[in-house]
Amino acid sequence: MESSWAVYGCTAEPAKAESGVEPFRKKLARLGKTLLRATGTTLQVNLGPMCNQLCRHCHLDAGPHRTETMDLETMEELLRFARTCAPQVVDITGGAPELNPHLSYLVESLSPWVPRLMIRTNLTALAEAGTEELLELFRKKRVVLVASFPSPNPAQLEAQRGIGVMGKSLEMLRVLNMAGYGIPGSELELDLVSNPAGAFLPPAQQKAQERFRKELQRRWGIHFNRLYTFANVPLGRFRMWLISTGNFQGYMQRLQSAFNPLTLEGLMCRSLVSISWEGYLFDCDFNLCVALPMGGMKRHISEMEGFPEPGSPIVVGDHCYACTAGSGFT
Amino acid sequence: MADYYSPEDLNRFQEIGGEASELARKFFDYYGAVFSEGALSEREKALIALAVAHAVQCPYCIDAYTRACLEKGSNLEEMTEAVHVACAIRGGASLIHGIQMRRIAAKLSM
Ligand code: SF4
Repeated sequence: MESSWAVYGCTAEPAKAESGVEPFRKKLARLGKTLLRATGTTLQVNLGPMCNQLCRHCHLDAGPHRTETMDLETMEELLRFARTCAPQVVDITGGAPELNPHLSYLVESLSPWVPRLMIRTNLTALAEAGTEELLELFRKKRVVLVASFPSPNPAQLEAQRGIGVMGKSLEMLRVLNMAGYGIPGSELELDLVSNPAGAFLPPAQQKAQERFRKELQRRWGIHFNRLYTFANVPLGRFRMWLISTGNFQGYMQRLQSAFNPLTLEGLMCRSLVSISWEGYLFDCDFNLCVALPMGGMKRHISEMEGFPEPGSPIVVGDHCYACTAGSGFT
Repeated sequence: MADYYSPEDLNRFQEIGGEASELARKFFDYYGAVFSEGALSEREKALIALAVAHAVQCPYCIDAYTRACLEKGSNLEEMTEAVHVACAIRGGASLIHGIQMRRIAAKLSM
């Protein structure tokens, strides 16, 4: 298998550093557990690491220095493959999906028959890509928007996402609210994602959601539907940051100490397939980042029909500790 | 021993149960109950603990509750204000004794 870390952009074969934790694979074996696929429900499409931001927690080393993005030919193959899967959910991510020139075409093609079509947005890219047209399309097609918004605290948000991002993010959230997104009673769903601004675990989702709702409404009159809190995954730029700040070992140990076997059942890799901008298949976006192909075998969407069989093995690595810490990453 | 304080000791806290295990068990049960969600949220309790850690100047507690506060969703602004609360109470506690000083001085003085 030709595996080029640089291609997938985790800057490198995960930068070498002593983690001091039991390898995840061994941990599962010791507990007598295996991670196997269940029925497929979700296609995650990574349109590429091209992004207008350079967030420090990015597991993919996405940013303005990356130019890879899905071309039209791959997108056509993707549409064909998606039809054979008939997914319940299609989750479009990046990088910044808005920067792909064919995003509108993808949305137009998928929306008539995909029950839940989600797009991840960093909020500022939506402004750069020409908000009005895209937003009108998203509204019309009832696209679910999942926006990164790590903290209502400007210092924490900008430490992670860059100076000046707080104001622009709030501005876009206002625009989305005005368009009907996230407003109680509206069918236009706006969810937020919060990753911790550093080498620590996220707060419990329900509690954080209550606080975010109160704070965003009180300070800026902003509404949203749901908040997801996710642990940072020790890959890509975040991994480099952990290593360069002497936090790597402590963070890995923190993740391991919070390992919760109850999360295994609901892990997203059990029901999701992740597709790279080149059309290759992975068990999740994190495995994509470190070029660990689905089932250990590099396969292209043009060679596949439908989701992999339930019971197929999932490739794991030590980054899986981020998905299994606390209440998990599903 | 190079240092009196060692960060690794924090992870070894449970070892205190090596002797007097029954007392340790009672302490850790109580400790767990104190910090679980009650009339105060876990986040609020972690902020109180952070402030107290500064008042008692325990480096282990400062380490543990800085992380705990961040993991409960607090930010540096809130955490710094909590430390000021500890500081104000410590300072105030010294200063209020100045009244005692003034009272004694007044009694002794002409
Ligand atoms: S990183 Fe998470 S989603 Fe990916 S294989 Fe590991 S546990 Fe599953």
